[in-house]
Amino acid sequence: MALTLKHLFAVIMLSGAFSLVSAMLFVVMDAVDVAFTEAAVGAGVSTVLMLATMALTVRVQKETKRPILFPLVVVCLVGVLLIYGTLDMPNFGAFDSPAQLHLGSTYLSITYKDMGIPNVVTGILASYRGYDTLGETVVVLTAGLGVILLLSGLKGRKDKE
Amino acid sequence: MKHHLILKVITKFMVGVIVLFGLYVQFHGDYSPGGGFQAGVIIAAAFILYGIVMGLENVQKVMPIWFAQKAAAVGVLVYALTGVFSIIVGFEFLNYHAISPEHPKHGQHYGIILVELGVGITVTFVMIAIYYGFAGRTPRLDDKEW
Repeated sequence: MALTLKHLFAVIMLSGAFSLVSAMLFVVMDAVDVAFTEAAVGAGVSTVLMLATMALTVRVQKETKRPILFPLVVVCLVGVLLIYGTLDMPNFGAFDSPAQLHLGSTYLSITYKDMGIPNVVTGILASYRGYDTLGETVVVLTAGLGVILLLSGLKGRKDKE
Repeated sequence: MKHHLILKVITKFMVGVIVLFGLYVQFHGDYSPGGGFQAGVIIAAAFILYGIVMGLENVQKVMPIWFAQKAAAVGVLVYALTGVFSIIVGFEFLNYHAISPEHPKHGQHYGIILVELGVGITVTFVMIAIYYGFAGRTPRLDDKEW
């Protein structure tokens, strides 16, 4: 339905609802922390940002003259290829999948011994992979700085003049 | 949003609950799912909700723009200084054993809490600053214009 809609408000709301549904999918797959993030960022914050952007621009998408058949074929083809790619993957939760065999089981067995905390994800994220998480935090800060420079900075300069 | 009484009353109630849940996710992250990133976006979502319903100028009384923009950098500082501290004490960068060398497990625990706090601070205030950036440029709209 989102494909044929021209009203951007409805499209944004639908994408927010889609995020909420995928957050539920993550809960079903036992990835509750990912579900938190998806629900808060995907359904909450980014929907608000999209609405704010829409309020700056227009409410209705322009009619296009270009043919949509070719893009549609490309999108369908890529979708089919992606689904074909999943056929080789191990079953969901399979104990002999590569992800479970090497590092994963090592971390599961040593995290509690090393740190005495039951949440292995936090242990890996904050301690074993502390460098990476520091980098991620800097990336988040850089993204924020970029937005501040692009949006708020310009406004401040205009106010002064 | 002048006349949305129900939304305002519910929001006043929900903002506290959301922030409380965010703090739980933050500081209980080593026992239950969650951590700095999740807690940050949850707390930021509370402020953004307040901003949508009560108006941008009201949320900026609670959380001024300059504070959100500067506090975002403080989180990274907390994280990095934890690592610098362990270098000063004589361990590797971000080796949390440095915090409590007699009890390496306790050191790991404190280190993880500190580092997650840094992540949480940065994510919260970056999200709020991005929201301010977008919402500050939006012209004031009547309900009908949506």
